Amino acid sequence: MKHRAATAVLVLAALVSLPAGAIVPGDPVRGEAIYARCQACHALGYDRTGPKHCGLFGRRAGGVPGFRYSPAMAQADVVWDANTLDRFLANPTGMIPGTAMGYAGIADRQERADLIAWLRQASASPIECPP
Amino acid sequence: MIVRINPFSALQDLGRRRFLAGTGATLSAAAVALMAGRPALAAGQGSKHDDLETDVRILNTALGAELEAIAAYAVGAGSGLLQKPVLDLAVQFQGHHKEHAAVLAKTIRKLGGTPVEAREHYQFPTDGLKTQNDVLGFAAGLERGAVSAYLGAVPLFRGRELASAAASILGDEAMHWAILRQALGQDPVPTAFMS
Repeated sequence: MKHRAATAVLVLAALVSLPAGAIVPGDPVRGEAIYARCQACHALGYDRTGPKHCGLFGRRAGGVPGFRYSPAMAQADVVWDANTLDRFLANPTGMIPGTAMGYAGIADRQERADLIAWLRQASASPIECPP
Repeated sequence: MIVRINPFSALQDLGRRRFLAGTGATLSAAAVALMAGRPALAAGQGSKHDDLETDVRILNTALGAELEAIAAYAVGAGSGLLQKPVLDLAVQFQGHHKEHAAVLAKTIRKLGGTPVEAREHYQFPTDGLKTQNDVLGFAAGLERGAVSAYLGAVPLFRGRELASAAASILGDEAMHWAILRQALGQDPVPTAFMS
């Protein structure tokens, strides 16, 4: 019990000491649950109100062929990776004013990290995202 | 007795006022202010126009999702997998989404925007829908996402009356989600807070 408490304190201390802009380690299991918030508009394998997420990492913003993006997103000079996703998910309209993603964002840094960790796995899954 | 309301009724006059202030009249005022050497005033008028564009953009995203939800419920209701009384629920919820879509489109027009139209074709994971519970689970996922989408939109509206109206729709989506979870045998209200 004491050992677990000490470990928790160390983890918390490590998180607190992270620089403001640093990406914290994410838990994809928690991230999958958080993705439920996105499912009014997004899916992994097909376009909906928002574009599909398969192939997200390394893709240029506005880069899903055939999807009708807002002019702001289509012209954004952004490539999606953990850092750019973290910034966007924290404040979508702040990072890309004019985006059609009218969503205030995910304020909690750990929640963003969890979601990004899951997206990294799921968006490259050969089952969910066949070539 | 259930009293049917129009959550956007507060916009009946206000929408027209904001529309007039936010389009041609605003731009003229901004131009006048610029010509008069008052850039701060001009910037203020321009920001009202930006506010209007922002609100219309958010409303249109919501409308797009509502139109997709209408199509999704049509797929579910027409699948032959839903038995009464669940089938009746699906048709009723689809009717709610139609009401949401109608009022959103009307509000967008009132604000001077152009509402998005339903797509000719929507893609749904129909291969994975084999049972009534599959359909219910799919619908529950959409409704749960809709709650989050409206929750995320509410703080972004520049018009407080729009935020209030969107919250009214949010409440309806949350009820759909809870009922669908109940029908699935799940805890209908699993958390005290939504995010």
